[in-house]
Amino acid sequence: MRLIIAVIAGGLFGLGLHLSGMTDTNRVQGFLDIFGAWDPTLAFVMGGAIVPMAVAWRLTAGRKPLAGSMFPSRPSTEITRRLVIGSVMFGIGWGLVGLCPGPAMASLGYGGIPGVVFLVAMMVGMAAAPRVSQILDRRTASA
Amino acid sequence: MEVSWLWGLFGGLIIGTAASILLLGNGRIMGASGILGGLLDGTARRGWAEAVAFIAALIAVPALFHYLGSARVETHATASPVLLIAGGLAVGLGTRLANGCTSGHGVCGISRLSVRGIIATLIYIGAGVATVAGLRALMGGL
Repeated sequence: MRLIIAVIAGGLFGLGLHLSGMTDTNRVQGFLDIFGAWDPTLAFVMGGAIVPMAVAWRLTAGRKPLAGSMFPSRPSTEITRRLVIGSVMFGIGWGLVGLCPGPAMASLGYGGIPGVVFLVAMMVGMAAAPRVSQILDRRTASA
Repeated sequence: MEVSWLWGLFGGLIIGTAASILLLGNGRIMGASGILGGLLDGTARRGWAEAVAFIAALIAVPALFHYLGSARVETHATASPVLLIAGGLAVGLGTRLANGCTSGHGVCGISRLSVRGIIATLIYIGAGVATVAGLRALMGGL
């Protein structure tokens, strides 16, 4: 059951990214290009995605997942160094190429060599994260 | 071109529906970087099969649409290996350090008014805007 739900969600996520145009790096970089020919599409995608999800979060109150034991706990409100440094790095990489993790996977089937190179580099970065995180923590502890 | 925002809204609603299904069904947050990254650093543990199933469908469905003749087949990604590798490394490392990307912090975080999600989204959009402006200044275009 959990596997079927994961396949449906993954497939719909890919379909939505594809149809919305978010696998087109011109559109994403166009959204970030507020000093040039600004493309607002990404804002509509985000807005459109947030609406059903806001309803879903409300439905979680006092219930259990259909095929799970519990819903995610309330998020922490702590703004950590990791959150800030990580988000800055993510934004820089996102701006350089116009791909973030979802669209990088969704466009793999038609993104050619550039798509593969980006995805492999992204996976290397992800695999290196625990080690980099340890170094950051050590610096914080000694500071 | 003029209807791109409508396609954006429509695609966005589908993405939000997907995130809702994963939350209400499996009790999981639909974050692309968390699902892929969890597989790579071993934190996915018992959830690895679900993560693989999610990613397989995420790759296969758009590919299927492409082969069925969808109009959205161009990613227009840069051909520069330097930009692709630097961008990929920064996105991979950054999203894992921050514990989320556009889907996790953006869609799932903002929709529950998570302070961390909202702050992260403001920061990565800000950094992205600055980077694109820098690229423009250096290269005279994208």
